[in-house]
Amino acid sequence: MSHKILIADDEPNIVVSLEYLLQREGYEVSVAVDGEAALAAIESGRPDLVLLDVMMPIKSGFEVCSSVRANPAIAHTRILMLTAKGRDTDLAKGMALGADDYLTKPFATRELVDRVAQMLASKRP
Amino acid sequence: MLPAPLVIGTSLAYLLLLVGVAYWADRRAVQNRSVIARPWVYALSMAVYCTAWTFFGSVERAATGGVWFLPIYLGPTLAMVLGWVVVRKMIRIAKTHRITSIADFIASRYGKSQALAALVTLVAVIGLVPYIALQLKAVSSGYALLTSGAAATLEHPHWTRDSAFYVAIALAGFGIVFGARHLDTTERHEGMVAAIAFESLVKLVAFLSVGVFVVYGMFNGLGDIFSRARAHPELAALLRPEQGGSFSWAQWLGLMVLAMCAALVLPRQFQVMVVENVHEDHVRRAAWLFPLYLLLINLFVLPIALGGLLYFGEGGQNAEQFVLSLPLAAGQEALALLVFVGGLSAATGMVVVETVAISTMVSNELALPLLLRFRWLGSARQPRDFTAPLLLIRRAAIVGVLLLGYVYFQLAGDTYALASIGLISFAAVAQLAPVLLAGMYWRGGTRVGALAGLMAGFSVWVYTLMLPSIAKSGWMDASFIRDGAWGIAWLRPEALLGLTGLDNLTHSLFWSLLANGTAYLAGSLWRAPSGREASQALLFVDVFQRGAAQTPVFWRGRADAAQLRHLCERFLGADKADALWRAYAQQTGVAPSQRLQADARLVQFVEAQLAGAVGSASARVLVASVSDEESLSQRDVLAMLDEASQLRSYSRALEAKSQSLERATSELRSANQQLKSLDRLKDDFMSSMTHELRTPLTSIRALAEILQGDIDIDTAQRQRFVDIIVQETERLSRLVNQVLDMARMEGGHVEWAMQDVDVRTVLENAAATTLPVILARGGQLQLDLADHLPVLRADPDRLLQVVLNLLSNAAKFMPAQGGRVRMLAKGDTGGVTVCVQDNGAGVPEGHESLIFERFHQAGMPRPGGQGSGLGLPISRHIVEYFGGRLWLHEQTGQGTRFCFWWPLQAVQQGDTEP
Repeated sequence: MSHKILIADDEPNIVVSLEYLLQREGYEVSVAVDGEAALAAIESGRPDLVLLDVMMPIKSGFEVCSSVRANPAIAHTRILMLTAKGRDTDLAKGMALGADDYLTKPFATRELVDRVAQMLASKRP
Repeated sequence: MLPAPLVIGTSLAYLLLLVGVAYWADRRAVQNRSVIARPWVYALSMAVYCTAWTFFGSVERAATGGVWFLPIYLGPTLAMVLGWVVVRKMIRIAKTHRITSIADFIASRYGKSQALAALVTLVAVIGLVPYIALQLKAVSSGYALLTSGAAATLEHPHWTRDSAFYVAIALAGFGIVFGARHLDTTERHEGMVAAIAFESLVKLVAFLSVGVFVVYGMFNGLGDIFSRARAHPELAALLRPEQGGSFSWAQWLGLMVLAMCAALVLPRQFQVMVVENVHEDHVRRAAWLFPLYLLLINLFVLPIALGGLLYFGEGGQNAEQFVLSLPLAAGQEALALLVFVGGLSAATGMVVVETVAISTMVSNELALPLLLRFRWLGSARQPRDFTAPLLLIRRAAIVGVLLLGYVYFQLAGDTYALASIGLISFAAVAQLAPVLLAGMYWRGGTRVGALAGLMAGFSVWVYTLMLPSIAKSGWMDASFIRDGAWGIAWLRPEALLGLTGLDNLTHSLFWSLLANGTAYLAGSLWRAPSGREASQALLFVDVFQRGAAQTPVFWRGRADAAQLRHLCERFLGADKADALWRAYAQQTGVAPSQRLQADARLVQFVEAQLAGAVGSASARVLVASVSDEESLSQRDVLAMLDEASQLRSYSRALEAKSQSLERATSELRSANQQLKSLDRLKDDFMSSMTHELRTPLTSIRALAEILQGDIDIDTAQRQRFVDIIVQETERLSRLVNQVLDMARMEGGHVEWAMQDVDVRTVLENAAATTLPVILARGGQLQLDLADHLPVLRADPDRLLQVVLNLLSNAAKFMPAQGGRVRMLAKGDTGGVTVCVQDNGAGVPEGHESLIFERFHQAGMPRPGGQGSGLGLPISRHIVEYFGGRLWLHEQTGQGTRFCFWWPLQAVQQGDTEP
């Protein structure tokens, strides 16, 4: 059974590229374009991993992250934060809120794919 | 004629009423709702000036001298109207130094001299005992007239049957109850003052009543009295000021000066005006209220005098009793009783205040110094409570003064008319005026000068006025009046050095005040003042130049705090001492548990507190007895004053410096705040900028890598990816352009190509450019342009840029289904207004002003295309540069409407803030 991945990003063109990349790797991909939709999709679709953009309308990636970790039903969801700001404080904040890993935009596609595979292979405690 | 029990009963009832008023006022004072803290009560209490001498004697004076009763009241009127500033200074000094009496005031000014205090007290007692006798006489002869109908008692009854004796005893009791309950005389006698004010009201009402009755009840108005008086040659003479001979300006002036001095230095006036004063500002109101009172009470004096003379005929009745005998003769016994009560009021008011004032002086300035000197109460170092003996002394002094008055009344009785006793008393007390007034305004006056002046003035008074009056009463050989002492003609007491042509009062006043002033001046100039005299002179003369806290302390030496405290306990009582100690500790910021340092300030504090109880001269001696003092020279005092004023100017300079430092600090702080917020702004800008650059780069890089690595990708997909790459590249270049644009505008480096611009052309041009985008998103565009649109002077490209930005925003935010964009334009006299409206969701609440900030994109999904977040800020910048404005129209829930107004004549604002 293939892993389920949710792409949460409000930039349509980034969604297009990510969707293509991950589908090509054989994952089951779904999309959310704002923070609220992302949270709803996590609760209903129970993805194994979320690619979570920080700067999103309605709810930021930070808020989504902490909501996920606070909800025992979905708390185990792996979260890979994507941030375009790249300030150290933003990264630290994401990790502190419970993200499993992060990538700074723009990223190398190879690295993204490798990270996703790695994260899915590792068991969450 | 009235039955004696009725008169006595009424008098007693009235005295009880006074006690009631006083008791009530004391109660109110305890509850902190003082009745006397009002200017009109203060002015009424000053009317204690009008004694029985006014009440009965004025009419007598008017009956014999016409308008000559007036100077006695014009004097105080002038003193108040012109001299209220002097009174205010007296009050300030008295409050600052806790002055208890006029003797204390004068002694304190001249270096807290005990000798001077005693001399002033003696002058006051000798001068005023006859005056007190006068009051007793007035009451008792009034009583005699009411009850027996006789004009005056010719023979004195034995003292046990004498009404005057009982009046004296009653008044002494009243004085003790309300004047000598506490030791600290700087604590006000609220009850006494309230009772005095009440009495002033009663005597005014009584006098006005009898006046109105005589004028309108017994005669047909003022015109009637005066025209009938003019018909009699003797009475007509009364109406002329010159009284037969030529008008004596000297006498008139002399009387006025005398009364002016009396109004300031009479112990009872000093008591109510200065010691009992509640608020300094009350003086301003009293300055016209008190003269008004004097005017009212003198209104009917001449009519009553004339009425009495007309009614009884010349010599028919004693003129002093007209106010009683006229209503009695007309059968108005109730009115007569009221008048008697008025006279009683006038007498009791004077006697009570005068004896309280004099007893304070006697006990503080005569009795206590003697007791301390001869250690009759033990030495000041011995731990013994003095408060009870002191109060006892004060009460005994009240009784003593009244008994002295009674004895004088018994002895002198009827030998001298009321009015002349009053004037002789005035002349004695007036000797205090030069010393008092000069001391307040001239620093050069010294103790020796004051003693010399007082003694010289008083001696001359004794020789030229008192002795002759005694001689005229037949108690001593009167030959010296005629021939001069030892038969030397130029020593004749009523024509000293051959000065004739003056009446004996003016004559005495002239010589005594001349001797007084000369001796004062000579004595003061003879030797430089001592340190203490110089320091007290400074404190008195410059009292308005320093606040209480800044008063320099003129004391040097060693003292022991415990001994000072014992002193307070012994003379003020343990409770009071305790309260004072706490207050002082609080004032100086010392913790109550901490030992107080016996420095100069504490010594001064203790001395001032003691002065409030025992007078400044005695307080000085007491403090000196428990401390090792260094005596100060005048030079020391000046040096200390200099030091104090230097300290003051240092502290002022320090204060100014610390204020300017504080200002600088706050300026720096706000500058720092500004820098911080600018820094944050820059940080935010960089962060947003990074985000905006990286986002398109992310798509470009990802898609390019996909295309690079995956050759088998199908054509449609490949085409789509390439399109996205191109689109995102355009976005990047747009962003870079806008950032540069913004930076140029903010730096003021933009070149504006000004030309005449047809607004309609620009708007239609913009519409045509945007229309394909709107149509592609399934929306429609509606143009709503007014028929006549003006031609603007502007940069057409910039105007187009603004309109395009608004249109593309509208296209971006209109709904995907049934989107509509509408552009409106209309001109007015000053410019043109353009609005762009969409039917989208509107700007979220709270973001209305944020959307004009750089990189702020209202938190909503952006369905079509990506903005840089710089469009609106740049547009606003452009519009404002040309002197117009750009705003978000009030939202009504039907989409967003942005409008801008562009002026016809662009006012270029070179340095517009972003």
